[in-house]
Amino acid sequence: MQQPIIDVCDLVKRFGAVEAVRGVTFSVAAGEIFGFLGPNGAGKTTTIKMLATLLRPTSGRAALAGYDVVAHPGDVRRSMGIVFQDPSLDNRLTAEQNLRFHAMLYGVPSAEVEPRLAAVLEMVDLGERRRAAVATYSGGMKRRLEIARGLLHRPRVLFLDEPTLGLDLQTRNHIWEYVVDLRRRDGVTVFMTTHYIEESEHCDRIAIIDGGRIVALDTPDALRRQVGGDVITITSPDAPALAREIEARFGVRARATDGQVIVEQERGAEFVPRVAAAFPSLVTAVAVKRPTLDDVFLKLTGHEIREESASSTDQLRTMARAWGRR
Amino acid sequence: MASAARTMPPVEPGRPPVPPHPAAARSTGWRHEVRAAYAIWLRELIRFVSERARIVGALGQPLIYLAIMGTGFGATFRSAAVPRGFSYLEFMYPGVLGMTVLFTAIFSAISIIWDREFGFLKEILVAPVARGSIVAGKVAGGATVATLQGVLLLILAPLVGVHLGLVQVAGIALVMLLVAAALTSFGLVIASRMQTMEGFQVVMNFLVLPLWLLSGAFFPLRGLPLWMTVLTRIDPLTYAVDALRGMVYAGSPLAQALVVHPYRLNVAIIVLFLAAMLTAAIVTFKSRED
Repeated sequence: MQQPIIDVCDLVKRFGAVEAVRGVTFSVAAGEIFGFLGPNGAGKTTTIKMLATLLRPTSGRAALAGYDVVAHPGDVRRSMGIVFQDPSLDNRLTAEQNLRFHAMLYGVPSAEVEPRLAAVLEMVDLGERRRAAVATYSGGMKRRLEIARGLLHRPRVLFLDEPTLGLDLQTRNHIWEYVVDLRRRDGVTVFMTTHYIEESEHCDRIAIIDGGRIVALDTPDALRRQVGGDVITITSPDAPALAREIEARFGVRARATDGQVIVEQERGAEFVPRVAAAFPSLVTAVAVKRPTLDDVFLKLTGHEIREESASSTDQLRTMARAWGRR
Repeated sequence: MASAARTMPPVEPGRPPVPPHPAAARSTGWRHEVRAAYAIWLRELIRFVSERARIVGALGQPLIYLAIMGTGFGATFRSAAVPRGFSYLEFMYPGVLGMTVLFTAIFSAISIIWDREFGFLKEILVAPVARGSIVAGKVAGGATVATLQGVLLLILAPLVGVHLGLVQVAGIALVMLLVAAALTSFGLVIASRMQTMEGFQVVMNFLVLPLWLLSGAFFPLRGLPLWMTVLTRIDPLTYAVDALRGMVYAGSPLAQALVVHPYRLNVAIIVLFLAAMLTAAIVTFKSRED
């Protein structure tokens, strides 16, 4: 087994009387895409800030690339790149000037700056706009530029805090393509936070975080299995008969309701062909619904991920961005 | 619970940390810090040059002061300390130079509030750079920009009847550079404690304006009531304006009548002010958590 690139043990952060992070323990393998899924205020950003040495932990231990975040902040900073939740570019400078500034702050050797700059801009399809002021960029372009900047000094870990917040669906998918491609090409470990359920599907493993605690940590598939399998709905000319046959043949519970048979079964997609092959005359149509991470979140925390409160924050952020663009 | 797909072993509490990666042990030391400070300085300069409106505005404002106040006051008031044949415009000119440096330097420092508001400050603060280097770069940037702006105003000298030699220009630039560095540091101390731009007006009205008015930029510092003399002596800008006056009037009988301290003493006091403010700025920046 490989050594973990991020190693966190019982990390706590208290702001006065408020305990934002209440003792989280996890580790991330090199090359993994690791996600923090949870509602706003769950402690995702606070945890990232501690790992990125921007906040001092109240207690507990965290190491990145082998360096303790409290004892060796400089080494930790050199080993990581970060894309913040809100834009952190200088709008009055050009894309190229923003990147050159970053290269100097991170000690990229002078001779390597130009080739690396060209490479990262190429990667995010901004090569042709490199001399344009960032103020003229769209939200999606800015985010891509920030990802490029975060990679300029070749970090081992890239933190993406809500990387697709406030972006349209097409841009979101585009950014995910970059992230997945990045890991494949350079083996960069990606640590991201999101409150969009569907986005966490891109992760190798997800930690579901709520109220400052990790309530579950596993692969998206394994987390979904905690709900008890897929929901299979079979339309049949004789539903009660089919239900009896399925129970007798496969030993699983099947419920018949007005013309339909409902079976809860792990790996539902594999189960369906077997049913269809065994009782071809009793099966008219089949639907398999995979349980979503929404269901998982609901089951584990007892509440929804609160998309509504999230969206009002999104609106505020969008407004803040619009203001920043002026 | 299904955990067959786990790729990681569970964490054992108290396990020794992983040995560091050798690749991270690059680009440390003072060379890196100097380069980082240079980057921050360069950004200030690029922003200054790209904002032509700011340069024109900063040239226009002193012109307005000189044209309106200089002419208006010049027609009404006559100080007993000022020799005949000497215009109020000539008297005010060094004060206007000081004003330009003051406002440009403070504005430059205050821009970190915008950097915070628009997120760019995070990019700087998360970089592997010592806080001292960030302050050094920012102060050098503010000082350079303010000095450039001040030196630009020297073009107006013939218009107000002042003729400057090379030595005087150098002496003026040195004072401007030192006092601008001190004022940028001062501005950083205040700006790092301010969360929003709303507080900026308060700072302008209760700190910058008194600094400026008490510096003797608009009236001679002679024959004033004691309390005001004390305040003008506390104001570090007084020494800058006095030093500028000394250089602008060098070789003229005006120098004797209007300049209070020798140039060297003025410069020494400004250097002390700079050292104190720079230290304060570095301490303030180091104590901030994010």
